[in-house]
Amino acid sequence: MAETLRVENLTVRVGSLEIIHGISFSLRAHERTGLIGESGSGKTLTALALMGLLPEGLHAEGRVAYQQRNLLELEEQDLCRLRGDRLAMVFQEPMTALNPVMKIGQQVAEPLRIHRGMRAREAHSAALDILHRVHLPDPEEKMQAYPHQLSGGQRQRAMIAMATACSPEVLIADEPTTALDVTVQAQILRLLVELVEDGGSSLLLITHDLPVVANVCQRVLVLYGGYVVEEGDIDVIFGQPAHPYTRALLDAIPPLDEEVPDRKLKAIAGSVPNLGEFPPGCPFRNRCPRADEACSVMPALSGDAHRVACWHPLA
Amino acid sequence: MAVQVVVRLFWLIVSLFVASVLVFVVVNVLPGDVAAVILGTSATPEALETLRHQLGLDQPGWVRYLAWIGSMLHGDFGTSVLSHADVGPLILQKLSVSGPLALASATIAMMVAVPLGVLAGTRYRSTTGTLISTLSLVGIAVPAFWAGLLLATVFAIQLRLLPAGGFTDWSTDPIAAMKSLVLPALALGLVNAAVLTRYIRSAIIDVQREDFIRTARAKGLTRVEALRRHGFRYAAIPVVTILGIQLTGLLVGAIVIENVFVLPGLGRLLFQSVGNRDLLVVQDVVMLLTAIVLVVNFLVDLTYRVLDPRIRASA
Amino acid sequence: MKRRLPPTLVVGGVLVGLVLVVALLSIVWTPTDPTHVEVAARLRGPGASGSLLGTDQLGRDELSRIMAGARNTLLVGVVTVVIAIGVGVPLGGIAALHRGPVEDVTMRLSDVLLAFPAILLAIMFAAVFNPSTVTAMAAIGIALVPVFARVVRGAGLQIMQQDYVTVTRTYGGGGVWIFVRHLLPNVGSVLIVQATVAFAIAILAEAALSYLGLGTPPPTPSWGRMLSESQTFLDQAPLLALWPGVCIALAVLGFNLLGDGLRELLDPRLIERVPTQG
Repeated sequence: MAETLRVENLTVRVGSLEIIHGISFSLRAHERTGLIGESGSGKTLTALALMGLLPEGLHAEGRVAYQQRNLLELEEQDLCRLRGDRLAMVFQEPMTALNPVMKIGQQVAEPLRIHRGMRAREAHSAALDILHRVHLPDPEEKMQAYPHQLSGGQRQRAMIAMATACSPEVLIADEPTTALDVTVQAQILRLLVELVEDGGSSLLLITHDLPVVANVCQRVLVLYGGYVVEEGDIDVIFGQPAHPYTRALLDAIPPLDEEVPDRKLKAIAGSVPNLGEFPPGCPFRNRCPRADEACSVMPALSGDAHRVACWHPLA
Repeated sequence: MAVQVVVRLFWLIVSLFVASVLVFVVVNVLPGDVAAVILGTSATPEALETLRHQLGLDQPGWVRYLAWIGSMLHGDFGTSVLSHADVGPLILQKLSVSGPLALASATIAMMVAVPLGVLAGTRYRSTTGTLISTLSLVGIAVPAFWAGLLLATVFAIQLRLLPAGGFTDWSTDPIAAMKSLVLPALALGLVNAAVLTRYIRSAIIDVQREDFIRTARAKGLTRVEALRRHGFRYAAIPVVTILGIQLTGLLVGAIVIENVFVLPGLGRLLFQSVGNRDLLVVQDVVMLLTAIVLVVNFLVDLTYRVLDPRIRASA
Repeated sequence: MKRRLPPTLVVGGVLVGLVLVVALLSIVWTPTDPTHVEVAARLRGPGASGSLLGTDQLGRDELSRIMAGARNTLLVGVVTVVIAIGVGVPLGGIAALHRGPVEDVTMRLSDVLLAFPAILLAIMFAAVFNPSTVTAMAAIGIALVPVFARVVRGAGLQIMQQDYVTVTRTYGGGGVWIFVRHLLPNVGSVLIVQATVAFAIAILAEAALSYLGLGTPPPTPSWGRMLSESQTFLDQAPLLALWPGVCIALAVLGFNLLGDGLRELLDPRLIERVPTQG
């Protein structure tokens, strides 16, 4: 399959502190890739770095190759042409990510007006179509509504509508369902899959929620402490995880198939350190049952289809 | 929405009522024997009695209060005991000076503050932003009447460009009348501009941190465009609220400025009446000014509710 | 986590400290007696006859008067803020603790008072009583009460929603207990910031009142009144209109910066911005 986006050695720094340490991965057309990590692993920052939307004080280095150009080196105006059109992002909290004082219709129509040069009326009816496509109930009515008048799930549909309006090649979804009710989560995920398959985009789904990844993605990247520690196809990762962290994450999922759980919930020992407080070498050292002196140096990602960065991988 | 307006209107009337009682009590009841206050301690009992009867002071307080309110609502502001002039027409005449002064000051304040505030907010990290911010801090600290004094010293006394005081009637010489208002309006306007600039600046800075600005940029808008299309209408809401509060400052400042430049406006009338113990005039003017402030605050509150869809819709 | 002191705090602190030092110093020493009249030496420029800033229209040493004026400024500031806090904080506490009609009435009254600019109130007082420092302080203090009532009520409402307050109530903790033990300590930082702002407002208000002759009466030196006295002699001694104004501006600037700096230092989210009156 064709590669749409290739990330090479992406490093993100705040001041002199390195947060994301030279990670590399690629996204392919029609493929749904998951980026798993706990809070503090740097997954949102990775997404923002790809879009060129890092907050003040953070800097990205490396190469984000898209259409033979390095996005990190593009001029802002060129990036603006790509954002919303070829590269789009869905954010976590739709209540704050949408403009509270602007009508939904206007916000959804905006990418079309910017990138397709549509006039107001044209964009309006196109936006209506998109809202239909994301299965928003009563789209005509909702076009004239404000964000606070919609439910959480409806807001997220509107956000997805906004992001997919121009049929982007790369769609990044940052925790798109975390702020939603469980019942709505499944619907939104199904919607994302549907849109991505219809539109042929690459999806990068960022989440801390493993079952979500299991349901939606074909490939998985596991992020910890600013490093990609494991990467592979979904069945392999979930079936035969190689990195101790991945194993621990899987073990920590409470089993639903047992009547009365006959074992204690396996939490991962310790807690995620704050940014800048990870130990030198492998960031998982202090919580890993298999760690030793060799782990004071960070191993590189090795393997081909299934890659892992560990001196003592499982299996 | 209509319900909310009626409720606010009700509270406005209540506030006006409470304010009027306050004013009446302070001016009439507190000093004790008003007649003695006017005539002084050496007055004969007969003179006091006559005056009391003249002023209607032999009637109980609430009767006098109702009489005052009643006649005011009919447009009759009473007659000054000392000057025997009808207070109503007197106030109107003074308004022909104070009104244009207030308007001119408000215009100057907005014309200076809006562009500077926006500039300081959008470039708050640059030297321009810091410079404007510092200037506005200094401006807030400068008493308006001192600014007037300084302007008078430079432009009136040293340079002899504009009058240092006095006022020619509009009907006699409109150009001279305008000239008399330039320095006072500048003094008042610039000092108020400083306060307004600070507000606008902080509103603009705050809005840039909002999530929906990031979403706007993710759609392909540049920073400036995102601010213009999404940020301004959001930031305008708190700024409009400030305008009402600004008016209070303007009114107060006008009272003092009129005394600096010897302008025959409401402020000067108030000041002179205080000196002459012309209590009825004091009462009427203070009530009028308070009423103006309360009504303007009411209007600003309404405007705010209309502008912010989150409040408008939750009727 | 070590934090650098905000520059606004430092500059503000220095300016306020300067005013404080000068005021305290003036109690024990000034170059000359500020009330010593020497008509022969009137309206001399700076440096003449040994006075650094010159003499005023009655031959009094300007510098000494400026220094003594600082005393007056600080006194007014302190008394008005104490009045405003003394009345406003309990009012705000009552409003926050007893939701419902009590709160509504209190806040409405407070709103009406808020609409009354301090100067208007002071002018009314001056019309009725003899204008003096006391009437000025009382008027400004009363006018500032709603500022504190609002702030305490706002913070109080937030705190009342906390679980630990519900627990306290369940254990029988009454209103006063909650007020003293839970509300006050949490509101402390907000109050301090608001107090500096109120101080700045009070200084400006007193200056305006004294300028109008409705504040501190002679012979006590007051910066505002000194400005008004200088107005008659603008063509002869324009510098006299400069010094008191600069002092007022510096003092107000100092308190504003101090307030800004404190706000930055303490949690900025806790502090509601109440606008400064003109």
